[in-house]
Amino acid sequence: MYVADSRASKAPVSAEGAARYAVAGRRRAAVAPTVLALGAVSLVTDVSSEMVTAVLPLYLVTGLGLSPLGFGLLDGIYNGFSALVRLVGGHLADRGGGRHKWVAGLGYGISALCKPLLLVAQTLTPIGLILAADRTGKGLRTAPRDALISLASTPENRGRAFGVHRAMDTAGALLGPLVAFLILRATVDGYDAVFTVSFCVAVLGVLVLVLFVPGGRQEAGGGDGARPTLRAAVGLLRGRDLRRIAVCALLLGLATVSDSFVYLLLQRRLGVPDRWFALLPLGTAAAFLLLAMPLGRLADRVGRWAVFLAGHGALLVAYALLLTSWHGTALPYVVLALHGGFYAATDGVLMAAASEGVPEALRSSGLAVVQTGQALARFACSLLFGTAWTLWGDRAALAGAAGALLVCAVFSVVVRPKGAVAV
Amino acid sequence: MTVRSRILILVSAVAVLVAVGVASVLHASARAERRDHVQAGGPKVTSGTVTLTGHGRMVFRNMAWGPHRDELTRVPESDPAGARTASGVKCLRFYAASGTGVCLQAVHGPVSDTYRALILDARLHTRDRYDVPGIPSRARVSPTGHFAAWTAFVGGDSYAGTNFSTRTAIADTRTGELIPSLEAFRIVKDGHPYRATDVNFWGVTFAADDRTFYATLATEGRTYLVRGDLRTRTVTAVHANVECPSLSPDGTRVAYKKRVKGLSKDAPWHLYVLDLRTMRETALAEPRSVDDQAVWKDARTIVYALPGDYGADLYQVPADGSGRARRISTAAVSPAYLP
Repeated sequence: MYVADSRASKAPVSAEGAARYAVAGRRRAAVAPTVLALGAVSLVTDVSSEMVTAVLPLYLVTGLGLSPLGFGLLDGIYNGFSALVRLVGGHLADRGGGRHKWVAGLGYGISALCKPLLLVAQTLTPIGLILAADRTGKGLRTAPRDALISLASTPENRGRAFGVHRAMDTAGALLGPLVAFLILRATVDGYDAVFTVSFCVAVLGVLVLVLFVPGGRQEAGGGDGARPTLRAAVGLLRGRDLRRIAVCALLLGLATVSDSFVYLLLQRRLGVPDRWFALLPLGTAAAFLLLAMPLGRLADRVGRWAVFLAGHGALLVAYALLLTSWHGTALPYVVLALHGGFYAATDGVLMAAASEGVPEALRSSGLAVVQTGQALARFACSLLFGTAWTLWGDRAALAGAAGALLVCAVFSVVVRPKGAVAV
Repeated sequence: MTVRSRILILVSAVAVLVAVGVASVLHASARAERRDHVQAGGPKVTSGTVTLTGHGRMVFRNMAWGPHRDELTRVPESDPAGARTASGVKCLRFYAASGTGVCLQAVHGPVSDTYRALILDARLHTRDRYDVPGIPSRARVSPTGHFAAWTAFVGGDSYAGTNFSTRTAIADTRTGELIPSLEAFRIVKDGHPYRATDVNFWGVTFAADDRTFYATLATEGRTYLVRGDLRTRTVTAVHANVECPSLSPDGTRVAYKKRVKGLSKDAPWHLYVLDLRTMRETALAEPRSVDDQAVWKDARTIVYALPGDYGADLYQVPADGSGRARRISTAAVSPAYLP
């Protein structure tokens, strides 16, 4: 937060768009002030949203006395909608020569406005709609935000820039539940206080974005003649490198079992006690937080694709450990560390890799295409995995996922995109 | 805009936001103060001894404001709105039979709450402890006191997800043996073995034979009444659209929540009684939507909770569909009758 301010104060913040000064001739700090500012925005926003996520089940059951069952039916429909929102966000951000900041701001703003609405919603239907709006804001802002990060960093340090951002983002996700429970502890049924504080924090995030993330209009067409039209966005996939990245991300996504299944398997196969079940996601997040930056730097040095694939290798090892009948006390920790490492090696690194094959004028659209493909593939995987679990049991389903992951990883090694930076 | 003015704007905004946040937290903690004071006109609550062996009594979770909020409390069955005797044991959900109680409570940890189930003896001393994997929702003890069951909501691990599952456990109170999840039982539906990952169980109710129980099974968006067998570890679907069953003392009828078409999605249930021999459903004379696992006060009367000013109030209604519902107690939930 304050780091971002002090850095930002030294940066030439002007209407020309900081996106351009990434290529300024002088030696700059390894991580651009814009990236730190965006990291601060994400950190603060994640504190806000995870505060709500952490107390929501409690609020529904004990605060409102609802039985929140059979409510997941919207999720499937919503996943398709959210993919569309992501693509729209990416396209809008590229229109008019780079409105990344304002589209991202709109997304953050929508999510912020959802928080006070939770204070007045007393039944499941409006709460469901509010959460859908919140996630719409998230979908809208993801691609423009990543485009801003990628435009504000040089190709040589892009992996690190994304690593720094993801680490800050995850730090917020870890802090959110903590803040929420401190408030609940200090009050009686203080859900209203949690939502109010969450709203204040979200507003702060939007403010930091507006004040400290440069985003003026740049000259349309960043010197590579690409015009941000819908046709051009679709045409991006004709570029061999981006197409390969998108296809590989999609294939690997098809073999990435969703987090909740991983935690269920951990519990069932390794006998993690019930009382620790709620803490499992924190283990993944902690590993992600610690490894995001080092792995981002590593990706800059040895090549993004190599690290991206190694991350899937870590996931494969985690699957294998879940499949073995070996039961050590350290095993859950190892699996969670590998799971977090997988995110650290793939989440930001994929965006850094995809940035190579996309002209600046279409950066948001290109990243949105890759993200959407991956998200839809992961959703398809969770449906397939659930079905396989039903038909053949958890072990066979996981073995199937591991096999699929191995095949997709080998394929991705073979068709490796050429765009990797050699240093 | 210069950097200085940006920082100035940010600092002033932070000051305003912090003020709003702090004010909301203070407002909510002042509520704690208020709730520690006895409300004028509320039920009179005093400390005392509560046991699970008395006769003609009702033991429940007291929700009236004051120093005994959330404690297990007893009143005479003949005067449920009368003076209350509080035990000092706090529970979110509670049930008891034959001198054995089950108490689901929150454990306040440094970063979050966890939950546990306590098996209580007749003097409310803890005999056994079990971890509960989520937010407690239902609790029952078998008529013999030999088995206890509880249901918890588990889930909400996706980004702002409201996708929940339930986990229902059964414990043998004599041996301490635990069945952590009913999902391990074989399911028979429409005469065939049935398997699905989206299976959820909730709301166990026990028969007097220490072998048979009933519960709700949910799968593919529908709910079923299942008859369970603790010996063969099997559940069999016997009727559709049944939630939170409660078996009558003679074991012939089940009081339950039925999802009624045409009601709002937020309050979709009505109380019904199902005759297990004829499979006839009888609507009870409670017009409001009930979200509770009802209790049989005797062979003719059903008791259940509805939301009230202090959380919940208890009501009773005849089990044969006649008469009308009436409130018997304010600021009370989770009743257990000691006949």
